[in-house]
Amino acid sequence: MSFLRLDSLTKQFGDFLAVDNLSLDIEQGEFLSLLGPSGCGKTTTLQMIAGLHVPSAGTIELEGRDLTRVAPNKRGLGIVFQSYALFPHMTAAENIAFGLEMRGIAKAERDERVRRALDQVRLSAFAERHPKAMSGGQRQRVALARALVIEPPVLLLDEPLSNLDAKLREEMQLELRILQQKIGVTTILVTHDQSEALSMSDRIVVMERGRAVQVDTPLALYEAPGNAFVSGFVGKTNLMAGEIAGPESLTVKDVQLSADHGGLAKGTAVRVSLRPEKIVLSDVGDGLTAKIGTAVFHGSHWLYTLDAPLGDLIAVAPNTGAPPWPSGTQVSLSWPRSALLVLPVEADHG
Amino acid sequence: MADPAPARSPWLLSAPGLILFAALLGAPLILTVMLSFYQFDYSTGGIQPAFSLVNYLDVLTDSYFHRIFGRTFGVALLVTVICILIGAPEAYILNRMRNPWKSIFLLIVIGPLLISVIVRTLGWALLFGSQGGISTALQWLGVVDEPVSLMFTMTGMTIALVHVLVPFMVLAVWASLQRLDPQVEDAALTLGASQATVLRRIVLPQVMPGILSGSLIVFSLTASAFATPSIIGGRRLKVVATTAYDEYLSTLNWPLGAAIAIVLLVATAIVIMSYNRLIERRYARVFA
Repeated sequence: MSFLRLDSLTKQFGDFLAVDNLSLDIEQGEFLSLLGPSGCGKTTTLQMIAGLHVPSAGTIELEGRDLTRVAPNKRGLGIVFQSYALFPHMTAAENIAFGLEMRGIAKAERDERVRRALDQVRLSAFAERHPKAMSGGQRQRVALARALVIEPPVLLLDEPLSNLDAKLREEMQLELRILQQKIGVTTILVTHDQSEALSMSDRIVVMERGRAVQVDTPLALYEAPGNAFVSGFVGKTNLMAGEIAGPESLTVKDVQLSADHGGLAKGTAVRVSLRPEKIVLSDVGDGLTAKIGTAVFHGSHWLYTLDAPLGDLIAVAPNTGAPPWPSGTQVSLSWPRSALLVLPVEADHG
Repeated sequence: MADPAPARSPWLLSAPGLILFAALLGAPLILTVMLSFYQFDYSTGGIQPAFSLVNYLDVLTDSYFHRIFGRTFGVALLVTVICILIGAPEAYILNRMRNPWKSIFLLIVIGPLLISVIVRTLGWALLFGSQGGISTALQWLGVVDEPVSLMFTMTGMTIALVHVLVPFMVLAVWASLQRLDPQVEDAALTLGASQATVLRRIVLPQVMPGILSGSLIVFSLTASAFATPSIIGGRRLKVVATTAYDEYLSTLNWPLGAAIAIVLLVATAIVIMSYNRLIERRYARVFA
């Protein structure tokens, strides 16, 4: 029996199917991300779990208890909203104490738990501040403390980091992950940021048009995406149109490449994905060659655009301290055979 | 750019407004203040341009004026409280409505402001009379046995004033509701608060500045209201504005009328300013 179970969850807004028959089993203590572009139904799913939307069909069960029709104020889940949704007329401490107060917890214990929660998010010095007088990161941490102080069975995070600047976002990702592991609270994160999902989650649900396209660990999702959408959405990749040429080969723009495709019939149209960091560049030798277009420096690595017979590619090479390949240089391309992923063509994708 | 230009331009730009303001509001006000210190000769009906405090002494010591001022501010307070009780929930409900109903009902709420206050009040006068709609309806329902008239009563005056002024309260609260993040209500709900608690602990404190500024508008407009009290209240229920009018036009004692008007102005200003100070002290920190 799983801890939190979504069974055939569906939500319809008029003619629009926001969430389409979504089933998920979430283990206790797991950090699960719902990842997808805007309008894919991830936030609607979260709000159904929170009780802010009533599902059109399907059930939500927590520890075997049916939550589907339970009012949001009776579910006891902790939620961090995208806008943080702090109470502007209350101080940080009052914000955090609100949930405890609603549970009728005595003042002395309340104060103690608020103090610990503030301590946990390193905001002890800001207890008496109003949200208006705090920075984005501080407000975010107050919102987190407010959700965690009630010791919820499940913590729901709705794009909690999207309003922070890039550097702060990375810090908070790490901080949030460490805190989650320390407390061991089951967490569901909604995000459209694939790097956020990859870096924080135990498992990721990639959603598209209300459906779960793939549910996997971050590594599996990255290395073995189930289709071209997932491969394009999670991480950077070179996506090419190909055709099966033989038992262990395929062609892309008439270039023959060897690949494992699981015995597809000759002539089958496929999509081919090749991660930029799997491409190894070397001095011209045998095999496929390409011309260096632009080199973009990212500190830890170089990003090259390549003009290859396969089309325009991007490749990533670690920064070894040496100067990059100059523009216009002919280089040889190679990659491990397993790096070339063969994916089905989806009819309705452009 | 030369430095003096930017320093002078705000003055230049606001000069037309300032001049208009000074000419049309400042000058009459100064003349009224001067007039209030003149003396009126009852035997000749003449006005002596001499400095004297006799008018103010009259207004401040005569129990007749005390009653009128008491009635005026009593009605203003009552109307303000009723406007809060009606207007604040009304604005909240309106805000939760969906379009097109939201726009339609907002128009209905603001509607009264589109009609002349005299016309509206005369409409109420028709309803309030002993042969009017309200009296007939009450008799038909069996609430009363004989015709009742709300004309020249506090109840009638209050009802008519509330009707005129409630849109101001709705608009003020509406404006502060626009700033509310709907997720904040959701957050309170998911933390275990009931709907009633969300309203009391989360929504109400946040719209308080709107309610307070709405009550300032309603209070000052009621305290200085003239048309409605003069039609519904008549001579039997005089308020300050109608009293000043009578002194000017019936008794022709302009200096006394001016003194009454100035006392009303000062009293209202004191009430408003201390109230405003209170709001600022409480809310500036939170909503700045």
